Amino acid sequence: MATGANHERSHEIPPKASIRLGPTIDEEVFGEAFNGQIIGRFIKYVAAYKALLAVAIVAVTVFTLSSIAIPLIVRNVYDHALDASSPDRATLGLMVIIFMAAVGFNFVANYLQELIVGRVAERILVDMRRAMYEHLQRISLSFMDKTEIGKLMSRLQGDVGSLQEFLQTAVFAIGDLVLLVGITAAMLWLDWRLGLMTLAVLPVLLIVRIIWLPYARQSFLRARVTSSIVSGALAENINGIRAVQGMSREYVNYDLFDIRATDNLRAANRATKFGVIMLPIVDSLTGAAMAIIVIVGGFFVLGGTIETGVMVAFVLFVQRFFDPIRALTIHYNVLQRAMASGERIFEVIDVPVDIADKPDAVDLETIDGSIEFDHVTFGYLPNQPILKDINFKVKPGETVALVGPTGSGKTSTTALVHRFYDVWEGSVKVGGHDVRDVTQESLGRHVSMVLQEPFLFSGTIFENIKYSKADVTRETVVEAARAVGAHEFIMKLPEGYETQLEQRGGNLSLGQRQLISFARAIVADSKILVLDEATASIDSYTEMLIQQALHRLMEGRTGMVIAHRLATIRGADRIIVLQDGSIVEVGNHDELMELGGLYARLYSMNYASFDDIPDELIQQAMKAARDSAT
Amino acid sequence: MRITRMALRYRARLTIGTLAIFLAAAFQLWIPILIGNAVDAASNLLDGVESTDEKARAALVLTAILLLFASVGRGFSSMMQSYMGESIGQGIGYELRMLYYEKLQRLSFSYHAGVHTGDLITRGILDVEGVRMFVQTALLRTVFLVVLIGTGMYLMLSRDLTLGLVSLSFVPFVAWRATRSQLRLRANWYSLQEKLSALTKVMDENLGGIRVVRSFASQKYEMNKFDDASNEALALANTQVGIRASNIAQMGAAFLLSMGGVLWIGGQQVIEGEMTPGELTQFLAFMSILLEPVRQIGMLVNGFARGSASGGRLFSVLDLVPAIHDKPDAKDLEISKGILEFHNVSFGYEDDHTLKGVSFKVEPGHTVGIVGPPGSGKSTIAHLVPRFYDPNEGYITIDGQDLRDVTLDSIRKAVGVVEQDTFLFTASVEQNVAYGNPWAPDNLVTSATKSAQLGEYIERLPGGYDTMVGERGVSLSGGQRQRLSIARSIMLRPQLIVFDDSTAAIDAATEQRIRSALKDLTKDRATIIISHRLSSLMHADEILFIDAGKIVERGTHEELLALHGHYNELYELQIRPSDENRSGEDHGSAS
Repeated sequence: MATGANHERSHEIPPKASIRLGPTIDEEVFGEAFNGQIIGRFIKYVAAYKALLAVAIVAVTVFTLSSIAIPLIVRNVYDHALDASSPDRATLGLMVIIFMAAVGFNFVANYLQELIVGRVAERILVDMRRAMYEHLQRISLSFMDKTEIGKLMSRLQGDVGSLQEFLQTAVFAIGDLVLLVGITAAMLWLDWRLGLMTLAVLPVLLIVRIIWLPYARQSFLRARVTSSIVSGALAENINGIRAVQGMSREYVNYDLFDIRATDNLRAANRATKFGVIMLPIVDSLTGAAMAIIVIVGGFFVLGGTIETGVMVAFVLFVQRFFDPIRALTIHYNVLQRAMASGERIFEVIDVPVDIADKPDAVDLETIDGSIEFDHVTFGYLPNQPILKDINFKVKPGETVALVGPTGSGKTSTTALVHRFYDVWEGSVKVGGHDVRDVTQESLGRHVSMVLQEPFLFSGTIFENIKYSKADVTRETVVEAARAVGAHEFIMKLPEGYETQLEQRGGNLSLGQRQLISFARAIVADSKILVLDEATASIDSYTEMLIQQALHRLMEGRTGMVIAHRLATIRGADRIIVLQDGSIVEVGNHDELMELGGLYARLYSMNYASFDDIPDELIQQAMKAARDSAT
Repeated sequence: MRITRMALRYRARLTIGTLAIFLAAAFQLWIPILIGNAVDAASNLLDGVESTDEKARAALVLTAILLLFASVGRGFSSMMQSYMGESIGQGIGYELRMLYYEKLQRLSFSYHAGVHTGDLITRGILDVEGVRMFVQTALLRTVFLVVLIGTGMYLMLSRDLTLGLVSLSFVPFVAWRATRSQLRLRANWYSLQEKLSALTKVMDENLGGIRVVRSFASQKYEMNKFDDASNEALALANTQVGIRASNIAQMGAAFLLSMGGVLWIGGQQVIEGEMTPGELTQFLAFMSILLEPVRQIGMLVNGFARGSASGGRLFSVLDLVPAIHDKPDAKDLEISKGILEFHNVSFGYEDDHTLKGVSFKVEPGHTVGIVGPPGSGKSTIAHLVPRFYDPNEGYITIDGQDLRDVTLDSIRKAVGVVEQDTFLFTASVEQNVAYGNPWAPDNLVTSATKSAQLGEYIERLPGGYDTMVGERGVSLSGGQRQRLSIARSIMLRPQLIVFDDSTAAIDAATEQRIRSALKDLTKDRATIIISHRLSSLMHADEILFIDAGKIVERGTHEELLALHGHYNELYELQIRPSDENRSGEDHGSAS
């Protein structure tokens, strides 16, 4: 069938190949359709729009009533105006006027219900997403470290989306129920015997739907999942096209993709079958209901029990009767999805904020820029301290390099200065204040961080350097870029500072991104700068620029640097050597060299960067340093 | 339209579908007539004359049976019609998907480099879907609607012109409203999607860069960004709701108003005895039957618009001829020794050449190192060897055969390029390593990973070689990815190996170990090493220093140092990061 394809499928699947084992979307969990707790919490968000929703409910009711009224008016036209024995023009006129009035109500109510319900649902969606997002801004990094961004995103989008769907259908479901009850009541009121007989087809439809639903749902889900697998496989092939072509994987991939696409084709066709099978069932039942009305109703008319109009009204009602029932079974699905989504959303909102401002937290105006670690013990997992009783002080304006093997606690030390985490014991003081006693907002103003992996946002270069500082002029930004030596390359870009960055700054080299993140820190102009030097390899030309920029960055600031490059380390006023969460050596380069400990040993190995030293050599040095110390 | 031509090939299904359409339309239109008859029978007005009760009863029963029959018939024929339409749609969707996939695999690098991957993915997903929906709903449905609405209108108008016109008065209005609002909704939907993806970007970047956000204490700023993006999307969503609400209400009202008109005029005719109540009922029933199809006109117009736009976009890709493709008489590359030669090669887009007159030769067992400032054209060389691009001038040969004269497949089997950016597929580690040869036995895979110094790491992973990596699996560090990429290439034992800055994220010591592990492999193969780290390539037999697309210096490490030119300058810069004069040796890289 694949007419344009250049070759046929070989049907031979290589042992070490697969594409897309699973879907990208979270598979739906079909749980309970009603969870009081979730609904209860959900109501709180809805309650904000009480007044509007009250209007909407009135509108739904008016709409339903007018919908039921219309066939009844038609009935009256037949029975009172068109009655062969006493035709009555005046009644006809009156009825048509009433009819038009009902149409008017119907129109206004219809418009209002659609509009209000739709808009309120959109608003609640925004509210919930915002609540979740705002919460994510506050919960501690230890939660964020553990959680995949993709998962959070699917909560912010997919789950919120299915709640919105729920809200919309919830209101219409109520409308449908009211309509169903209304129609039933109207039919029974017009003629209870005929009504009951017509309603007899209802249970049949319900039973059929109940049997059909689980199978159909399964097949619909399967179609969705296979389709998402196909999309994922396509996306992956496009993203990895270099590897595909470079390794001549085209044929194998084509076969694998064909398997996925064929799966999807089969699943989709099966789902279609389940979808269309309902058409003859509903039509047959409608036909049966009409046949009952014609025979029974017709006999009643002939027998004089009812009038022709009643029969006409019944026919009109039957046409509207099946829609709500069909809709109601769909609503049930939505409800189930919404409950699962609600659970996932509230799970995020319920994550406790463990790092919060104290009620009497001080808003630090100015500080002197000192940092003090006072007997700090800290770790991420209980009973596994990463830092053990750390004590040191950094004077204002001083630059301190943290040095030590991987896992020695360098990164944790810097994270504590910014209070990303709270210490177990002891205290971290910035400018003489315990970080737990000041507002996080003001702490952030005084302490800036430059991360190892420069993270840039999409937007222009100007916006990235300026970042969250509101009142920053172009001059300040350019000045900062000049200071770190980024101005030259920025001006060479097609639109200079207005150049749009691609995702994560993809159109810049790593070194350039680094320089921009330096410029951003200069604009932020904090007293204290915490910097995690990049380990990744940057070409030598940019590397030189970065070293110079680093000097400019540290000017007039207190610096705490996780240093990897010897040049950076030697430029520091003081070096703190960490090992296994404890400080083993402190001093400047010359002092430490004289001491002849771990630092001296590592340094004398003559690597330009400590990261280049093979693990085993570090182990040896650590052991030697320990031995000579004892 | 090409899509229609594609659909025409599904002859059997189309025929059944079309037959079903006529049946469905006929049954559909029969129902109101039957209902009208029933009303008249019940009111004893059959055929305009008073009839007996028995006759009326018999007529009622007959009508009821026919009504049931017509309903069942309508149900089955519309089921057939829907199923045929959808299955043709699915079939065409499948075909297009395969064609598109095949085409994308063939299109050359110059094409892929120029388009946004997101666009290509969107086309493959949304546009195929657009065409599928068009085939599925529009093609057969259009016939159905034309038949149904046309016949329905004819029946109504032929019975009573005035009343027919009144009862049809809603048709143009509803058709127009439905079409207009569908088109507006679609346009608005696209803008809404754009705003939503902007919002997604804001959220995604915020969460990804949460440490930056926290360290600059910019939660407030970020909340504002979020609110702006969110409110923009909300405004459009509200427009969407507004259009839909006013449209539904207007269409409903238009229908009911015509119904009121029919009641008024028809009612008078009944009173004057010009019409039976049953006939009036027929008109009312006809109207309700036409309402849904008329509403669907809007959907169809939208389906056509979307289908033709999607189809246009899809075919514009499908019709492309890959810039790099096999000559009709191309033979497989025949490797005797494995000598690679660049003959005065220039390459670039238009006049802006990234390579100018580059000539060099790599013999088996030899290594050529290529170094130069960023943007000098180093990577271009790596892309020319496997013929990802063709040179504008000059030519490249392997064992004397011009790359343009041999099959792409055979070139790429002979040449292994280890890229700087490694793409990991969502698959197990083993499958990623064996990407180029999924039939490879286990020992080839493990020995390749061992040589790339990745074996130990993989064995320590929870699932070993079966551990999933990529989008949904374990994430590897930059250095680990590069090592995996090296393993992937060397497992194939290609005759020529090009390392395109593929050790940038690997520390110098590990790189050293990889190099010695590869000695056995490279001893009878031509190797090109492109790097900005001199320690990676100073052992090469020949080093080319490239600047602005030209070879400005060439020779061995020692020869180049003696030149005291660019190479020497770079050497000074890298090997002596500080003012102190330290000896370089193998581990002297600052980068």
